[in-house]
Amino acid sequence: MPASYFDVDGTLVRTNLLHPTLFYLVNQQTPMRSLGKLARMALRGPRIAFAELQDRRLFNELLFSAYEGMSEDRLLLLADDAFDAVIKKALYANAKDLVTRSRDQGHDVILVSGALDFLMERLAKHLGATGIIANKLEIANGVATGKLVRPVVAGPEKAKLIRDHARAHGHDLDDCFAYSDSYSDVPMLSVVGHPAAVNPDYRLAQLASAHGWPVLRMESPS
Amino acid sequence: MMNRFLSEAFRARPTETRNQGQRSPLVVTLDRRSAPRTIFSGDRLIDVDLPAGTRAVYPRQPLEPLKDVDAAIRYALNHPYGSDPLHAKLRPGMKVVIAVDDISLPLPPMRAPDVRERVLTIVLDLLANHGVDDFEIIIATSLHRRMTGPEVRHMVGAKIFDAYWPKRLYNHDAEDPKGMKEVGTTDHGEVIELNRKAVESDLVIYVNLNLVPMDGGHKSVTVGLCGYKSLKFHHEPHTMRRCHSYMDAGTPGASELSTRVNRMGRVTNKALNVFTIETTINNRMFDRPLEFLHKNEDDLSGGEQSALKGLKFALDALPQGARQAIFDRVPSPYGVTGVFAGETEAVHARTLARCDEQYVVPVEGQADILIAGVPYISPYNVHSFLNPLLVQVMAQGYLFNCYRNAPLVKKGGTMIITHPCSDRFDREHHAPYVEFFHNLLPETRDAAVLHKKYEEKFASNPAYIQMYRSGHAYHPAHPFFMWYWGEAGRQWLGKTIVVGADNAYVPKILGWETARTMNEALEMAKGNTPSPEITLLHMPPILMADVSGAPPIANPGHTNGAMTNGHGAEA
Repeated sequence: MPASYFDVDGTLVRTNLLHPTLFYLVNQQTPMRSLGKLARMALRGPRIAFAELQDRRLFNELLFSAYEGMSEDRLLLLADDAFDAVIKKALYANAKDLVTRSRDQGHDVILVSGALDFLMERLAKHLGATGIIANKLEIANGVATGKLVRPVVAGPEKAKLIRDHARAHGHDLDDCFAYSDSYSDVPMLSVVGHPAAVNPDYRLAQLASAHGWPVLRMESPS
Repeated sequence: MMNRFLSEAFRARPTETRNQGQRSPLVVTLDRRSAPRTIFSGDRLIDVDLPAGTRAVYPRQPLEPLKDVDAAIRYALNHPYGSDPLHAKLRPGMKVVIAVDDISLPLPPMRAPDVRERVLTIVLDLLANHGVDDFEIIIATSLHRRMTGPEVRHMVGAKIFDAYWPKRLYNHDAEDPKGMKEVGTTDHGEVIELNRKAVESDLVIYVNLNLVPMDGGHKSVTVGLCGYKSLKFHHEPHTMRRCHSYMDAGTPGASELSTRVNRMGRVTNKALNVFTIETTINNRMFDRPLEFLHKNEDDLSGGEQSALKGLKFALDALPQGARQAIFDRVPSPYGVTGVFAGETEAVHARTLARCDEQYVVPVEGQADILIAGVPYISPYNVHSFLNPLLVQVMAQGYLFNCYRNAPLVKKGGTMIITHPCSDRFDREHHAPYVEFFHNLLPETRDAAVLHKKYEEKFASNPAYIQMYRSGHAYHPAHPFFMWYWGEAGRQWLGKTIVVGADNAYVPKILGWETARTMNEALEMAKGNTPSPEITLLHMPPILMADVSGAPPIANPGHTNGAMTNGHGAEA
């Protein structure tokens, strides 16, 4: 049985990692606490922006450090609201059709995302995906430390995680599909037999054209 | 004066047919003094100097168009064949689906107003006058790419487009899980699944534009509004091998494709209330600046010869995009030659008769070598590039199949075509073609193996299907169908030689040989025949050779009872 590996941000949903993070920062126990978290985030903004240009793993680590000090209970308590308010609303109009069709073809559908696991679990359930490969916050004594559990799901690491997943589940990578919108995911796209670009950035569009990869256009949510 | 003298001096000898009203003979035999023939090689025109004795077959002059097309449409709707008039079928509150042929026809696109706009305008007035306001207009694309907004606007006109696009005027989606519904099954087990809106309507009005005899009839609804589940019963290699030819839809048994489609269509028409409107057009493909392309080269006036030289010079000098634009931006001034309405088969018989008037050219006997220039356009590359798979469709498919009774070339003969065969694909329209051409064809050219081993899996590729549904890509089953489209030609021909290819590997993948010049190709084609008979099919515009004096085709589509791969053996 083949598997379809989907990047999420920009591929299935219009949002990126920043949007749910902001939702959590805005929804702290008190307005003052929210203001404090947002201020700290703003101070880190330039570093985070620079990191995104340089290294996706570093970007993820810097961004998710904003969760430091949040309790695991609160993270999970707000997860449904965060999913409904941020992710579900931003799903591309035909994202679910594509996942459903892949499932109908008997594919194992795996969401591969730098986003946090408890949000991706909800998205997977909503779309009918069969599994996730996502980032996990390190939790100590019921509180997020602001660090990510290794390996961090980002850039070239996604390719290794897909290989491992395929091996563990008996998928022949030549029969597998992968979808992404970003040039940073070229390693992940390159390990499968059927890569596809979705609303690709300029560099990925060029590469897809050169290699004859399908280029899918997802429609914005209505 | 001098030009006229030269023109007379170099005139080729008419040998066979000169039809009533035809200014020039349709079949001429070239002699040593004949002018070179000018034929297409993609989006260029090239001169080929053919040996004396070569027979050139030309299309007929365009039929005289109807003087008042709107009146003809109204007359047809009020005086239908085998059916009540359209107005008598209408009642307030009923659900109507109007299905329309897509832009794959005609080629090139028709100068506005497209005849479909004229028919739709009158039909929509009729619906409004009879209190029918629950209607939708579906472009019957089947597994073709979705038409773009501007293309639809060109076809239906701004008024209809602005009023109904995209809510009530839209492309058929054969992969919409909720959008298809089974109609029935033939006694041969062929399942008919069509657009649900059409199936659940009270009346389906089909507005057709019939370019070639293969179009129209039951193919309109049964193919235009169906999906892969139904298409696979006739768009498959064994059906195509039994077509002699698939352009000959009027002769019972000649086209297995028509036989199957008609069988499915009869089941469709029992289940659905179908009112068919078919239109025919003449073959005036080229407008005034390019009109001389219709003509026998020996008949060109001095001015036309200069214009032809100028055009060839410009095409040689310009980059590819500009060359294509010269042809694309000049819509064809087709004239409407017939409008017929009513019951599908009764209507289509009239349509085919009118097509025959325009296209059929009597030709005596078959040739050892058939030469044809492959142009820049096919039904499947409107507004995009004619990729290698479509070159194959044009050569071994459409051009080879432009005959009745028997192919223009003898069994085992050679077809020489002219085309650059560039390795270039439109990355959106023909996305699945790239993988088919570069990954599957190098594995095997055997259509039966491709069909059995690869088709179903490839046709269900979710990424390509998404591109078909939300982009403007052909369905992933389509490149397979395109390969099967050349199957009868591949089975019949001994070899195919391409002249003017800009690379060797594309022809090799297609199973073709290459030659640098026409003379070299003719030498290669001669084989052991010292004086081969050569026929040049001088298209476009379209013609259909009615070949007489050829041995009957025994057991059509089979070679000694076995399905073989012709010269398209393993790469």
